[in-house]
Parts: sequence; C-alpha cells; structure tokens
Amino acid sequence: MTKRIVILGGGTGGTVAANRLRRSLGGGAHITVVDRDDDHVYQPGLLFVPFGLADPEDLVRSRPRQLHDGIRYHRSDVERVEVDKELVHLHDGAVLPYDVLVIATGARLMPEETEGLTGEGWHETVHTFYDLDGAMALGSALTGFTEGRLVVNVVDLPIKCPVAPLEFCFLADWYLRERGVRDDVQLVYATPLDGAFTKPVAARTLSGLLTEKGIELVTEFTTGEVDGAGKRLVSYDGRELAFDLAVVVPPHGGASYVDRSPGLGDEFGFVPADPRTLRAKAHPNVFVIGDAAALPTSKAGSVTHFEGEVLARNIVSFLGGDELDGEFDGHTNCFIESGFGKALLIDFNYDTEPLPGHFPAPIGLPLLKESRLNHLGKLMFAWWYWHGLLPGRDIPGVSASMPHSGKHFPTTADT
Amino acid sequence: MSTATYAGTEVTVNEEGFFTDPAAWTEAMAPEIADEAGIAELTDQHWQVIRHVRHEYTEKGSGPTVRALGKTSGVGVKQLYELFPKGPAKLAAKIAGIPKPRGCI
Ligand SMILES: Cc1cc2nc3c(=O)[nH]c(=O)nc-3n(C[C@H](O)[C@H](O)[C@H](O)COP(=O)(O)OP(=O)(O)OC[C@H]3O[C@@H](n4cnc5c(N)ncnc54)[C@H](O)[C@@H]3O)c2cc1C
Repeated sequence: MTKRIVILGGGTGGTVAANRLRRSLGGGAHITVVDRDDDHVYQPGLLFVPFGLADPEDLVRSRPRQLHDGIRYHRSDVERVEVDKELVHLHDGAVLPYDVLVIATGARLMPEETEGLTGEGWHETVHTFYDLDGAMALGSALTGFTEGRLVVNVVDLPIKCPVAPLEFCFLADWYLRERGVRDDVQLVYATPLDGAFTKPVAARTLSGLLTEKGIELVTEFTTGEVDGAGKRLVSYDGRELAFDLAVVVPPHGGASYVDRSPGLGDEFGFVPADPRTLRAKAHPNVFVIGDAAALPTSKAGSVTHFEGEVLARNIVSFLGGDELDGEFDGHTNCFIESGFGKALLIDFNYDTEPLPGHFPAPIGLPLLKESRLNHLGKLMFAWWYWHGLLPGRDIPGVSASMPHSGKHFPTTADT
Repeated sequence: MSTATYAGTEVTVNEEGFFTDPAAWTEAMAPEIADEAGIAELTDQHWQVIRHVRHEYTEKGSGPTVRALGKTSGVGVKQLYELFPKGPAKLAAKIAGIPKPRGCI
C-alpha cells in the first residue's frame, strides 16, 4: 500500500522535508503538507527591513508554489495530534491518518509571557523585528529616531537565530552613523546570558566587536517586566534599564497544538527527539525538523537545511523497515552581519564550538572574522534559500556534517 | 578544578563551585553550599526546587533554565528569584550538586 506521510508546517523545514521525500520516494508515498496560511516569509530578511535594506514584499512568496509537483497542500490550523492512534485533527474538521508524521511547525513568539511587553508602547516605543508587521513598525520608529537610548533585549533563550539580535545592534550602529546621529544615541545590548554569546570563543570575538562599536553589554539580565509607560525594562533581580526605544526579542515556544497533543511536547511545546536521528521521543513514526525540535542546537534555517538531508534518509529507511543510519551532528552555520558591508561566519555542531579558521576548507570563507566576502555570502543566501535550500538541493562542497579541515582547533597549550 | 568540604566530606568542584561529580552529593551538604551562596536557611520551598532540579538532571542530563523551572517546579519565576536571588537556575543547581545548566544555544 502507498504510504501516507503528513508534514505539519510548510515553512523552511516542512518544505525541505516534503521536497526531499518526494524526490526519494516518487509516487511511492502520498505526501501532504499542512499550514495555516499561504505566505512563506524569508525570515532572515526580517533583520534588514527596519533599516530599509529589504523590501517587505520581496520576502514573501506563495507556500504551495515551493512544493514539488505531486505533493498535496492542505490549508488549515492544526488542532491536535493523537500519536497513539496515528491521526492528525485539523481546525477545519479534517482528520488525517498517517504512516509517518513530520513535525515542522517551527517556533512561536510568545510576547504575552513577559509582563507589560504587549501593553502600552507596543509597536510605538517597544518593538520586535521577529515578524513582518513588527519589523515594518520598527522601521518607521527608527526613521524618526535621532537621539536617546536604544536598548536591544533578548528576554530568554531559546530563540530563532540567536545571533540576529547582535546583528541588529551592529546594523543599528552603522545605520545611525550613516545618518550622522550616532553620537547622540546610546546603544545597549541586554542578554540573559553571561556573555555576548553562548560559546566562549565566539562570545569573546562578539563582545570585542560590541566594545569596538561603543555598544554597552548588559549580561545576566532576565527581563521580568517591560514598562512601556515608564520606558524601562526591569529584570527579575530588580535592575532597571531605561530606554527611549526598545527592541525586544520575546520568549519562544512551540506551536500551541503540541500542548494539546498528549505526550508530544515538553514544557515549552517543543518536541523532544533523538538528536542524531531526529525521531521524536513520543512515537517511532513521528519525526521532527527545524525550530519545533527540542535539541541542543541553534534554531536556524541552516540547521533545518542540514537536518532535512538526514531526516529524509531516515524516513526512507524507516518505511523500508531498516535501521535508521542518518546521523545528524548538530551542524550550524550562521553569517553574522556586522555593518559597513561586512559579516562574520560561524560554523559549529553539538561537539565543536565556533572556532576561527576557514570554511568549508583551509581555503574558503574566513570564520569568526569580519570580511566583505561573508557579507556577500549572507546576501547570496536569500537566492539560495528559494532556489536551492527549499527545493531540497545540497550545497556543492558543503555537507550536513560539519567540516573539520580549515578550523583551528585549540591545542592544550591554548587552554 | 578544586576541592570543597561539605558535611565533613571532601568533593571536587569546578572553578565556579559546581560539583564535577553529582553522585558525590548528599542532602546533608545542601545547607552548607546554600550558606556559602548567601542563603542562610533552606525552607520547604527551597527544597521543593532543589529536589526538582536534581530530578530533572537525572532525567535529562542537564539542569533546567529559569523559565523551565518556573513552568515545572511548582514555584513561579518571581518567587524563584526571591528564594534564590541573582539567578535561581544556577544557584539551585549549585546547591543541588549538579553541573551549571547548559542553557540554550
Ligand atoms: C529575524 C530572524 C532572522 C533569522 N536569520 C536567520 C539567518 O540569518 N540564518 C538562518 O539560518 N536562520 C535564520 N533565521 C531562522 C530561520 O528562519 C528558522 O530557523 C527557520 O525558518 C526554521 O524553519 P521551521 O520550518 O522550523 O519553521 P518556520 O519556517 O517558521 O515554519 C513553521 C511553519 O509552521 C506553520 N504553523 C505553525 N503552527 C501551525 C499550526 N498550528 N497549524 C498550521 N501551521 C502551523 C507556520 O505557519 C509556518 O509556516 C532567522 C529567523 C528570524 C526570525
């Protein structure tokens, strides 16, 4: 009998998974992708919208049109999953039985979890650039911003693209300089972490860049309240940060149907899974890809792309009754815009932190170092996203597993 | 790496004071570790959090973050900060004798 594969979510991960599986299985499987809307947003482009560097219209394309022929698209909200009965219930009343389920519903912004965040001043003096409406509203606010305190704050982790708030700071520095008002603006980056980034080597480089650009770093700031009327952020341990303009990255959680699906998710609605095979802990025929997964790697499009290769291989093995041999190593690859037409690149996995050197080999893009080449890489990524990543192609010379040659591994003498 | 003595037993801790071998921890050590961290007395609520942190570590291999603690320990985030000022996740982990929570990437 032809196998039924249901994929929940038609964003980066759902699209990659569907297209790769269609290519591997041809007519041997009925593939259905479910999403609640038809607008696929190129999320890395959201960073550029507030600075007038990207046109919001160019970031949005039709979801179903990114899917290869033969893949069905069903538009509805997901209501809940019964993993033991192998059924998905949709908001429109449809019930989809499956042989394999792929969870690809990403991460949800939860601004309501932070006291006051969506209260007075929301989208006026308190902003986020993590969705399209927010990025556009912030763009308007920045245009009129010529003096005062601009505070960029990550409320809690995990978040999508954990370097994006830092990139925002670097670009804000550049943008304000271009406009000749940088000396009248205090730029502050407040993070719940004890450094600029989670991993020590990259944290040192990135905090060095913040200092160089005159951006104040406030660490271990866990935001308890956003007081829009009083224009201040208050941390749980009682510290206050005054702002004239706040850019806040709200806490993230998984899709809310996960909470309504017994046994599927953790306390945040993310889906626990085997970090190597991407098989959900909930049931042997449930797999997870992208931001929806509770895995110790970044929530990033690049991770989702590398996972896609492993996921498709494992699902094909599973359907064939074979052992799962696809092993995901946590490979993450992020360009970090640093302003003035430059960017850094970091490349790491579950076991190896971001290190200096070159990617993907000793001759290649510089790692953990500002360069114009990396900036061009970041810009080219938009084209690659629609034409390579989503269709499920591999990047020539770059594989799902992290390359080791080219990286400068610390010797015992360094540590 | 260095050593510390709690409840009359020597244990190894890292440079930040977190246990390197969680199996070496006993409940009798907790009040002394707490005292060093500026918490004079461990109340029932402190213990509720400490036991939860220990349990989560055994189940998942890492201590919970503050947000996770707020959702799963039965004690809200605001109150967690009252019980363990300046960082409940780290302090509770230290007192519970487990490594520093890895946090998220
Ligand atoms: C500002 C910003 C900058 C970023 N920059 C980068 C970058 O430079 N590099 C990089 O690699 N990554 C970047 N990312 C991260 C990247 O966009 C995500 O990691 C990636 O999109 C994850 O793919 P996904 O499929 O898991 O989730 P998504 O692409 O978000 O897709 C999830 C889908 O599920 C659907 N869905 C959710 N709930 C339901 C429901 N109940 N019913 C039906 N459908 C539902 C949604 O509509 C959505 O289409 C950035 C993200 C942001 C926000």
